[in-house]
Amino acid sequence: MNGLDFDVSHMLAGALVLFGFMLLYQTRLYALINVYAAQAIVLSLAVAWQAYVQDKPHLYATAAIAFAFKAALIPYALHRAIVRLGVAREVETVVGVGPTMLAGLACVALAIVVMLRIATETDALAREDLAFALSVILLGLLMMVVRRSQVSLVIGFMSLENGLILAAAGAKGMPLVVEFAVAFSVVVALVVIWVFLFRLRDRFGALDAQALDAFQGERR
Amino acid sequence: MIALVGLLLVDLGLLTLAGIAAVVARRRDAHTIVYGAALALSALGLAISSAHFLGREAPASLVLPIGLPWLGAHFRLDALSAFFIALGHLGAAAASLYAIGYGRHETHPARVAPFYPAFLAGLALVPLADDAYTFLVTWEFMSLASWALVMAHHRRAENAQAGFVYLVMAAFGALALLLAFGLLAGASGGYAFDAMRAHPPKAVVAGFALALALIGAGSKAGLAPLHVWLPLAHPAAPSHVSALMSGVMTKVAIYGFMRFAFDLLGPPDWRWSLAVMPLGAATALIGVLSANMEIDLKRLLAYSTVENIGLIFIALGLALAFEADDLSRAAALALTAAMLHAFNHMLFKSLLFFAAGAVLTATGARDLNRLGGLFDRMRWTSLSALIGCAAIAGLPPLNGFVSEWLMLQAVLLGPAFPQWTLKLMTLGMGAAVALVAALAAAAFARAFGIAFLGRPRSPEAARAGEVDAPMRYAMAGLAGACLLAGIFPGVLIDALKPLAQATVGAAMPLQSKIGWTSIAPIAELRSSYNGLLVFVFFVTAGVMASFVIHRFASAALRRAPAWDCGFPNSDPATQYTAQSFAQPIRRVYGGFAFAARETVDMPRPGDPRAARLTIHMHDRVWRGLYAPIGAAVEGIATRLNPLQFLTIRQYLSVVFGALIALLVLLAARS
Repeated sequence: MNGLDFDVSHMLAGALVLFGFMLLYQTRLYALINVYAAQAIVLSLAVAWQAYVQDKPHLYATAAIAFAFKAALIPYALHRAIVRLGVAREVETVVGVGPTMLAGLACVALAIVVMLRIATETDALAREDLAFALSVILLGLLMMVVRRSQVSLVIGFMSLENGLILAAAGAKGMPLVVEFAVAFSVVVALVVIWVFLFRLRDRFGALDAQALDAFQGERR
Repeated sequence: MIALVGLLLVDLGLLTLAGIAAVVARRRDAHTIVYGAALALSALGLAISSAHFLGREAPASLVLPIGLPWLGAHFRLDALSAFFIALGHLGAAAASLYAIGYGRHETHPARVAPFYPAFLAGLALVPLADDAYTFLVTWEFMSLASWALVMAHHRRAENAQAGFVYLVMAAFGALALLLAFGLLAGASGGYAFDAMRAHPPKAVVAGFALALALIGAGSKAGLAPLHVWLPLAHPAAPSHVSALMSGVMTKVAIYGFMRFAFDLLGPPDWRWSLAVMPLGAATALIGVLSANMEIDLKRLLAYSTVENIGLIFIALGLALAFEADDLSRAAALALTAAMLHAFNHMLFKSLLFFAAGAVLTATGARDLNRLGGLFDRMRWTSLSALIGCAAIAGLPPLNGFVSEWLMLQAVLLGPAFPQWTLKLMTLGMGAAVALVAALAAAAFARAFGIAFLGRPRSPEAARAGEVDAPMRYAMAGLAGACLLAGIFPGVLIDALKPLAQATVGAAMPLQSKIGWTSIAPIAELRSSYNGLLVFVFFVTAGVMASFVIHRFASAALRRAPAWDCGFPNSDPATQYTAQSFAQPIRRVYGGFAFAARETVDMPRPGDPRAARLTIHMHDRVWRGLYAPIGAAVEGIATRLNPLQFLTIRQYLSVVFGALIALLVLLAARS
């Protein structure tokens, strides 16, 4: 692998992490969804670049699927959901932006340290890819933890899944069928969450996860 | 190979029969169809497996493409598995014959008939399994089918409790076996038994695997302290199933242990027997003492099963120790004694459970204190039960004597051990076997005496009548088998030769060479036993005694009211009760084994109220081991309960925190 290939894939994976950070400090739902779409576009570019570098045509299909579902369909669906549900456009955070960003930095540092330590035998590209992918996963999880709105839970979950795809594209030889299965499961998850959101709104008139806690049934 | 395929087809037939039984279970003649077909299939399986075993055919194996895709299902038929399959099918055939009659009285046939053939299939499949996955699947299938049968009458609270305890113990035992297989498979993951045989584990690993196998197979066999479920679950099932659980399923568990100890773990270490023999002795003692205290007939029999399993484990431990010390002839003797006792126990324990079922059918009672006087009312059942009781009590010329005598012969070879620990321990084992045999005789004198002799202790017992023909035939057949196996033990010992040869690499001397059906375990000069001679002696003495009595005494006999010491009320309750018969043994051993106390509430002179004798006993194993574990689990569960009521975000935080913690650990470690 020559220097340019490495640099470009490094840059794309880094951009993915950057978008992960951007997701963390968005306070408006529309902006959140847009940043997510941007992250998905970068993801499809990164996967396509891997396809070109590794000379694996089926990764192009993965890239196309990622683009179609994650960069177009899901953001569009979420936009419509927000309009139809008429939810508040602002996101309430549990933890302030500053501490969240610091925690995100710590996550990325941890991911890089872990990967550098344990993946000494793999080649540099795969190792860096895995480190970035793990960072994206951790950032996605962090977002699910620090946000209160159901929609941002969904975004966090999808962003976590972006990290998984990045890791899978870097690991050599993931079969196409797995890609399809993952893409399909994401769509199913979207449908389920969609139904869930509507039912929530109908039942409780809010999309705040806190509203659920009061209805958890018997409590000891 | 034909035999293996044939046995698998028999098992397939049994599984199909389970499906058919589910459909026809509500018909009036369902029990005839289901149990008749089960009888035919078991007889076929018995014929195939015993032909393979007695014909000393080479091991056959087969891989079927079912189960895990990369492993398949391995099946193998060798001497060890053929013996246990033949034993199982013989027990199953007797139980099916019995059930043709017993099933007619079943109140919930739809809850028993479908699971019965499935249970038989499970019993017959476990010994055929030749990889860890197939073994565990068939083992669990057997457990679950028997659990369903235990729960057949689940509306009785004690049965539901028994089913719960059984399920927990079965799951625990299967977990131990799973871990044992995991240890044997090692990092390479060779789960086929062939792969395990090819790479015997290192000494330490083998020790751990043996301990796990002892826990896993021992919990199913009823090894102390894991025996607590057995006296609850075996009696809760319908009687023909109780017979199978006690007579056959415990033997399949012993097979599981032997497959580990004598086959998969490689050459044995003499230290293994330091665990196996004392556990066997403790099991036998706990079992026989509990049997002496128990007043429920079926639970008494279940406790006696625990005792016999203990005896078999003592003999197996001896065989392991002898084999480890290269005393292979002695190992063959101990192993033959264990296998002969397993076979004999299947015969007489099935017989006794059948008799208990017959008594239950005739009187509706299991409590010994509601029975009595059945000898005149149920002649067939009583005579069969008498033979069974004499056999299990180890009286010559019956089969129980032979196997226990062989065990003691093996014990007498103990001084040949090079290790002093083993020399001393075999001495203790000899004492334990002798004590257990004597206590078992006491327990069954009590069981038979209280249940069948004396005057009826309840109106139900007074009204009892003889049971259906198939039940009588099954009992009489097993009683005849006990007698034959006792009179001609040499035939059985010679038949067990291939098993001993395959398992410990040596066999007992050929018994058919010794004249007059004598058996001599080591050499004729040293010790020998002739069942036929003892039998002829007993018959002659009995005939002569009865001749003399009838000739000289019967004429002078007259029936008159018994002298009742001037006591006005000669109620049947004034006879010995089950508790009063057990009092001497309770006074000697009860305090130590059960913390037994007697309190007498004696009214003052002039006070007309009755005096009361109250006996307080509790199971030390249950209180000392199981109750604290149960309390600890309950306490932890209560502490963890709030975790069920977190918010979504808190759950996610827990996941996130756990992930971060693991990653930090990973980064710090590497």
